[in-house]
Amino acid sequence: MNKNSGSLVKRLVGHQLFIPILAIILLAVVNLINDPGFFRITVGTNNAGNTVLSGYLITILDFGSELAILALGMTLVTAAAGGQDISVGATIAITGSAMLRILCGGVARPEKIAAPIIVAFLFGCVVGMLCGAFNGALVAIFKIQPMIATLILFTAGRSIAAWINNNELPIVPDPRFAYFGGFIPGIPIPTTVFIAAACIVIMLLVLKFTNLGLYTQAVGINENSARLNGINPTKIKFLAFVILGLCVAVAALIKVSRLSTINYSVIAKDIEMDAILAVALGGNALSGGRFNIMASILGAYVIQFLTTTLYKFNVSSDALAAYKAVVVILLVVFSAPIVREKIGKFGRRRASAREARG
Amino acid sequence: MRCETVSEQTILKMRNIDKTFPGVRALSGVDFSLCKGEIHALMGENGAGKSTLIKVLTGVYEKDGGTIELEGQGEVHIHSPEDAQKHGISTVYQEITLCPNLTVAENMYIGRTAGMFTNWKKINADADRILRQLDIPAKATQQLASCSIAVQQMVAIARAVDMECKVLILDEPTSSLDEQEVQKLFGLMRDLRKNGVGIIFVTHFLDQVYEVCDKITVLRDGQLVGEYKISELPRVQLVAKMLGKEMDDLSDIKGESGSADEAQAGEVVYEAEGLESAAGVRPFDFHIRKGEVNGFTGLLGSGRSESVRAIFGADRVTGGKVKMHGREVKISNPYEAMKNGIAYLPEDRKVDGIVGDLSVKENIILALQVMKGFFKPFTKAEANAFADEYIKKLNIKTASAETPVKSLSGGNQQKVILARWLLMHPEYLILDEPTRGIDIGTKVDIQKLVLELASEGMAVTFISSETDEMLRTCSRLIVMRDRHVVGELKGDELTQSMIMSTIAGGGEEHE
Amino acid sequence: MKKRTFAFFLTAAMVLGIGAASVSADSDELISVGIINNDPNESGYRTANDADLKKMFTKENGYDAQFAYSLKNAEQIDYAQKFIQDEVDYLLLSAADTAGWDSVLQDAQAAGIDVILFDRTIDADESLYAASIVSDMAKEGQTAVDWLAGQGLDEYNVIHIQGVMGSAAQQGRSGALDAQVEANDNWNIVVQQTAEWNAEKAQQIVQSVIDAKTPFNVIYAENDDMAKGAVAALDAAGISHGVGKDVIVMGFDCNKWALEELLAQNWNYDGQCNPFQASYIDEIIKKLEAGEELEEKVIIMDEKGFDAETITQEDVDNYGI
Repeated sequence: MNKNSGSLVKRLVGHQLFIPILAIILLAVVNLINDPGFFRITVGTNNAGNTVLSGYLITILDFGSELAILALGMTLVTAAAGGQDISVGATIAITGSAMLRILCGGVARPEKIAAPIIVAFLFGCVVGMLCGAFNGALVAIFKIQPMIATLILFTAGRSIAAWINNNELPIVPDPRFAYFGGFIPGIPIPTTVFIAAACIVIMLLVLKFTNLGLYTQAVGINENSARLNGINPTKIKFLAFVILGLCVAVAALIKVSRLSTINYSVIAKDIEMDAILAVALGGNALSGGRFNIMASILGAYVIQFLTTTLYKFNVSSDALAAYKAVVVILLVVFSAPIVREKIGKFGRRRASAREARG
Repeated sequence: MRCETVSEQTILKMRNIDKTFPGVRALSGVDFSLCKGEIHALMGENGAGKSTLIKVLTGVYEKDGGTIELEGQGEVHIHSPEDAQKHGISTVYQEITLCPNLTVAENMYIGRTAGMFTNWKKINADADRILRQLDIPAKATQQLASCSIAVQQMVAIARAVDMECKVLILDEPTSSLDEQEVQKLFGLMRDLRKNGVGIIFVTHFLDQVYEVCDKITVLRDGQLVGEYKISELPRVQLVAKMLGKEMDDLSDIKGESGSADEAQAGEVVYEAEGLESAAGVRPFDFHIRKGEVNGFTGLLGSGRSESVRAIFGADRVTGGKVKMHGREVKISNPYEAMKNGIAYLPEDRKVDGIVGDLSVKENIILALQVMKGFFKPFTKAEANAFADEYIKKLNIKTASAETPVKSLSGGNQQKVILARWLLMHPEYLILDEPTRGIDIGTKVDIQKLVLELASEGMAVTFISSETDEMLRTCSRLIVMRDRHVVGELKGDELTQSMIMSTIAGGGEEHE
Repeated sequence: MKKRTFAFFLTAAMVLGIGAASVSADSDELISVGIINNDPNESGYRTANDADLKKMFTKENGYDAQFAYSLKNAEQIDYAQKFIQDEVDYLLLSAADTAGWDSVLQDAQAAGIDVILFDRTIDADESLYAASIVSDMAKEGQTAVDWLAGQGLDEYNVIHIQGVMGSAAQQGRSGALDAQVEANDNWNIVVQQTAEWNAEKAQQIVQSVIDAKTPFNVIYAENDDMAKGAVAALDAAGISHGVGKDVIVMGFDCNKWALEELLAQNWNYDGQCNPFQASYIDEIIKKLEAGEELEEKVIIMDEKGFDAETITQEDVDNYGI
């Protein structure tokens, strides 16, 4: 029994979800000590007259959505290509700008939308996937390091986004467009939560009903071997980037919808780093190979939890990066095999000490 | 066993060594002793505990129980490879662990020059002296990469020797060397023996053991079977001791191989005309019949691997016509080859074979899964059934089907890859060096399996650098030299000497 | 081969990224100017500012202009050095940061290039530049705070959303408010946070205050984007804002859409930050070319503050950017 508890500690520590869940628990405890009502959810009415839920928990789920969606694609790209896409912030600007271009028809202050929202969204998806395809082609076909390949759109993306709308900052006049980043009348939960949930479910279904997971991991772990087993590594890497492009388009829809407009230079700023951090927090190797998508999703919400907590404690938001750096350091230390082994040993020793006493 | 003469004294004594991994008792109560100036073979199947014992001795693993004594130092505790080195225990591994882009001297002295400033002149002179002493054909200032693998191996040994080692461990040093190079290495080993170094030699090659060793210690299933003088243990008995039963598998195989000739009557499964690939293999013709076992032979680098890679579409095919069952087909990548019922077990299992971080199960089902299609994953139950079936069938030793394949021993990894291709039920199976670096028991298993599969009607191409293995299994041999097919042997021609003379050829066929 | 492909892409990326510094033509009669500005995508203010400059400094108007954009001081300094090497006649500079410009301006002086600062001042000796055309951010802030004080609330509980810390606009606009809060007991800061000109961050900051259920009745955002983000959070929480409502909303920069919010009485105040400096600069260059002395080295532009109760459609059309 005691021996079991020792190995249980080891198993727990060794589990991939250990770190993100531990982080959530730590954050929750810190917040609860500071404010016992931290998780309280209240019902209110928003200015559009809808009944809505509010509270820190809702805020975390709401604002964590884009990151969770991006983490899905980023996990695949990381696993397949063994590198990260640093252009997602810039491509969100591009796809968001493209959606606005369709919705507003190139007019800065239109009376009504120029095309149905769904058309704009689908166009945005195409643009997002094209951006992904561009990155994917550089990585998969031209064998350029992912970070360097995506540096191109990272650098140029926001200028391209501004160019799409002639440097105008169009505002979408249709209140329905604001539903995606806000609330749908009659539903008290933020729409973003549903969108994120839908993306997660779709991704899980795709992983269940196709071999995407197996192929991606095989390519990421041993490309030669994958090829000799009939897998086309080029296709798989390309596909991963295109899927990330699609995730970017969905995230862009939410981002643009939140304010019904766009600011090319600051929209989704630095979100790529958060998305990469989410993947790392989930215990996935940034060098590619095996991945756990749920862990990445949890990682994304941990980051939003941390951000919300820091706002709550009134930490200056330009110091946020420093706190995230601390998290990264802890993460790297914790996920080092040597530390995990030590923790595992510690658990065993305690178990055997108990055995000796009892 | 005590050391023979007065001059022979024990320099290393390991007693009652225990080591347990989660779920596996890797070593239990193993004793091992080494005398001054002897070459001592450590033998055993994969999973017998050889590597674990070596790793305990070199401080890679902490032992769970037992003692290690060294001459003049009494009981020692070794916690890391550096510790081991300080105690005079050096290891040369199968894979070269030196830096190919540094010079020979730099490699010999890296990490142990004192202070910031290094007198390279002196070091180069020292290195040259040692190289001369050991009769190693290399210069101190030469870049390591420009030496042959054998010489690199020797430089690694020179480095170990110069660090005043008393115990030298050679872990599979010969697996990537050709016969000549092996002889050079043996020469060096004998010299060291004369100088009083105790050498632990880990290898799978029985011939080499009998050629160079003085004593043999046999392990099986983590336990000591015994320590024997080489003259007192005939080969057959050694094999029997390693396998743990009195069996005569080798002769069994010979008995069966005769039947392979009859397969010549079978239908031609695969046929190639003027096949060539970007990897440099010259156009060649080739065919194989149902139930036939044939092989490509030739020296390392003769193009035998490149030939089968061309058949499988693993390298870019640049020309030639391919027919399956007489119908022309296009095979330009592995997927197309697989669709046509061809399976290929690659030469380098680490680089091309296993997907290390994936589980045994995932590795087994991989190829069949790819054949089945991207949108049709196997259910958990199906995958488990496949994995369990082949783990049992091929006797794969693994903690579970979910264990990452990289944590298995080499032979078991090879079986996993074999399982992967057998699961596909191919018509034509290509095995490129399936027995390299694995233990004798598994080798025998694999050879038997090949003949069994052929008798069930599968066409098999079998490549091995051990010609006697090929002679035992193949009914037809294609001989290669310098990327050309230079001959085909069958029936009575299938002898060691015929192969040699065909490989050697007349030398007139130059381009 | 691979290296070359890579180099090509990198070059392509850089060209795209810089926004293609325009190629100079023969400039015998034209006055060559090198213009270093912040990224025009940064905000509506900057877009208007850039458009204004581009409209003024054309061949038709006798100028050969090169533009370079960056939000990073170090990159801006690199561009300045490049323009000095190109021997431009005038260097126009809107610095990302106030510090670090001394040596490069000395170089410019040594090369006989006149430097004209626009929009933003720097911490450097006055002798290093010919003129400086700026908004007085402190005055903008003071105007806004005076307006707020004039609202006569019993208690002021302010959410103060700041711009990028250290920027002139942030310092000026924060300074006036900080002084007022310091001096009056009924003025409290509920939260003072930088949202770095970013609407999303402002939304999260205000959301956090709402979640904490801390009472507040004023949002003092240092630009329109952040005010918009803040209002999005208010809307989601059902907190009324605007003229005669629970929360007073204040912004800066006078974007057209922001002034429209004022007109609709959803917001209460917007402070102008005049982006149209090109005509001032043109005038100064003309004077310098004619060899005239400048009466004033520092030229402060006229700026207004708009109140939702008094703003007209005409104001929106004239002053909206």
